[in-house]
Amino acid sequence: MGRLFAVEIVYRGIFQKNLAKNISRGIVLAAKHDGKTGISFGRYGDSPERNGIPAKNFAIVATDDETLQEGMAKYEPKETDISISVDDTLCKGVESWAWYGLQPINRLLKPNGTLIVTTMKGPEAVIEMCHRKDAPYRLALLTAIPSFSGLWVYKDDHTDVRILGAIAKVLPELLSLKSVEKAIKEEWHDDLKVKSAQKAFERVTTSVVSPQEGNPEKPYEFELPKWYELREGLAIPSIPKGKEIADPVSQQTGGFRPDRNPTFKKYSTRTMRPVVDFDTCVKCTLCWLQCPDSCFDVTPDGYYDANMQACCGCGVCEAVCPVANCITMVNETAFADNASQWEMWKKEKPAYKTWLQEKIQHKPERSHGFWVRGQYEKQVDQMVKDGIVDTGGEAITEKVVTDVGEASAGG
Amino acid sequence: MAKVIEKAQQEKESLISGSEAIAVACKLADVDVITAYPIRPYDTVMQYVAKLVANGELDCEYIVAESEHSQFEIVKHASAAGARVFCGSSGVGWMYAFEALTVTPALRIPMVAMVGNRALDDPGAFGVEHNDALAVRDLGWQLVWVDNAQEALDTALIAYRVAEDRRVFLPCAIACDGAFLTHSQSMVKIPPQEWVDAFLPPYNRGDLLLHPDNPITVAPQVNEDWLMELRKHNDEAMKRSKTAVIPEAYRDFERIFNRAYGNPFFEEYQTEDADVVLVGMGTLSMPVKVAIRQMRKEGKKVGFVRVRWFRPFPAEELAQTLGRFKAVGVIDRDYSFGSPHMSGVLATEIRASLYPAAARPPVVGFICGLGGREVTVPDVRRMSDMVFKAAAGQAQPPVTWIGIRE
Repeated sequence: MGRLFAVEIVYRGIFQKNLAKNISRGIVLAAKHDGKTGISFGRYGDSPERNGIPAKNFAIVATDDETLQEGMAKYEPKETDISISVDDTLCKGVESWAWYGLQPINRLLKPNGTLIVTTMKGPEAVIEMCHRKDAPYRLALLTAIPSFSGLWVYKDDHTDVRILGAIAKVLPELLSLKSVEKAIKEEWHDDLKVKSAQKAFERVTTSVVSPQEGNPEKPYEFELPKWYELREGLAIPSIPKGKEIADPVSQQTGGFRPDRNPTFKKYSTRTMRPVVDFDTCVKCTLCWLQCPDSCFDVTPDGYYDANMQACCGCGVCEAVCPVANCITMVNETAFADNASQWEMWKKEKPAYKTWLQEKIQHKPERSHGFWVRGQYEKQVDQMVKDGIVDTGGEAITEKVVTDVGEASAGG
Repeated sequence: MAKVIEKAQQEKESLISGSEAIAVACKLADVDVITAYPIRPYDTVMQYVAKLVANGELDCEYIVAESEHSQFEIVKHASAAGARVFCGSSGVGWMYAFEALTVTPALRIPMVAMVGNRALDDPGAFGVEHNDALAVRDLGWQLVWVDNAQEALDTALIAYRVAEDRRVFLPCAIACDGAFLTHSQSMVKIPPQEWVDAFLPPYNRGDLLLHPDNPITVAPQVNEDWLMELRKHNDEAMKRSKTAVIPEAYRDFERIFNRAYGNPFFEEYQTEDADVVLVGMGTLSMPVKVAIRQMRKEGKKVGFVRVRWFRPFPAEELAQTLGRFKAVGVIDRDYSFGSPHMSGVLATEIRASLYPAAARPPVVGFICGLGGREVTVPDVRRMSDMVFKAAAGQAQPPVTWIGIRE
């Protein structure tokens, strides 16, 4: 029996769909040069066309065809040698479309497997976000902001090949750097991308994460019902209406918190969250009215508290708020929990002010696309200048890379 | 078939999905008219076809219709006028085209379609079930199931060859399991154009061509004094497909492409010395083969028969093969509510095939993997255990649902 390797790429739909596909294809094509065989596929139940939703791609590689069949016999891998997160906010856990429960980013990792994360942060900050795991694993960091590489309106930033270079470093048994170089030349015909892969191979940093390290939170999960427990006729009970909430200081009740779907929360879609300055809020209702996810709870004193169990981080509230700096979108990595901001403010207003001032320093490194036009192009140029993406100072070309493999599929 | 084949030509390997493989087959077959209407998982084929057209690799009329019904009507008419055609759908999209699907075989239209197998609504679900394609099993459609992207490409070429043979002139649907086949990319050998040209002659509709130079009326209204004779045409065409045209096509395919499928109608896996076998269609072959290798190591002699052609159904051949074993387990990725023994469709067909046979092993039915649920290796082992019990003379239920939460 030969050896079977499984790699998952966890990404944000729709922005990183091509990126994830390019990575999983690249793994199979590179491993082929090392005499291995493989398949590349997306998680079929995902809905990766949805803005920001966590989704997965997989590469399964084996040393021979029979062993590969073992990997193909499954809907998706049950354990991975490498898990890759191409957006560090995904390290808080992922709940894909029509998926029940929050899955830790390292959930599928085998003991001593490697989690590769693209991030601007250090290992401590990343480990803090990842849920604790029973077995030790390795964390490999590649300096980068969340990439949109391969998305047709954005410039390539070489994240796909940099990940391949990092894989060659952390698991040479899967693929060698030589094979990565060959695959890049065949698939992308771009020597600059080869150089980026080589630099990533040299620069990826690895540390060991012990079972005591990481986020101690127990991720929410659900038991699915038996067939005879389900109501017949595809009828499902509606969500109850909701109820009043209590002021944490005066205990006065009032306002309204809508009940929400207890089995599908959606908040792992979020890469940034609103922070509200209640001292300047004029209670105009616009954030509450415009929020596409009805995430705002109405407080007994008439404020609007963005509930972090429901917020998807779209930023509409910040856009519609008429008061300058009252709502600010902040990078999701700056937060350790989903606690109510309004409750914190009610309990201790000066402390809340200090907290808010600190949080709003953490601007999102990358929003969901529509935020600042041209931001991405500038960031890519800056990354090359800063040497984060090392191309020897050479500017990355405007060449747009989409579905390279598909274009050549016709032979 | 007297053409000289350029042996120096090489196949080219590409990392593509089952859907892409079907699109590549359309290109190699130089299809003239393709119609499309989106529904997952079939829609990936239309995307790749659109890309081939946009890249200038495929010169065809590519029409995105306003519904599946029109999609199938358009290619039906184009085929009557002499065009090689392709279309496809999935799940309830295929069902929405049903009226067009019923008239197609009656008019002797050699349409090739891809059915990306998907559960029928409701509930809305993307995962694989075979009921969508099976719905046309009584109408004169030829139906073939494949289990990997290479076989999808090869079978699409074979389907054109069979369907467009004047002895057949019946449509052919290639059924591909949603997700496992349509959406995963594997290495596929893409044959050179010369080989395909040597294998697949041009579509010649002859005296049935709808053309001003050949004045004919197609599809008149008839009464009871005409219809049975017309139905008999399709019956005979289906027989010729099974006895002559499909075997010929596979023989020529093997000769030209140097890839052998053996028995065209079903694949046998580790059956030579088997005591019992499992029977199934499509990609559930993967967990079944993995489980068989495990069980073989434990000394359990179990094999697998993967049915490719469901229409025409290889009843005599299957009866002869299955008669060699002490018991047979049939895995259906479909249902047929209220059918004999409340079984799946394939189990019912296999029981019917075995009835006139001299050796009739007990048939144990399983319904499994509905809506794309994974058929696991332990599931296959559990099914095999029941079949071994049947072989040992312990009666088993005619059908058992496997992998359901209970």
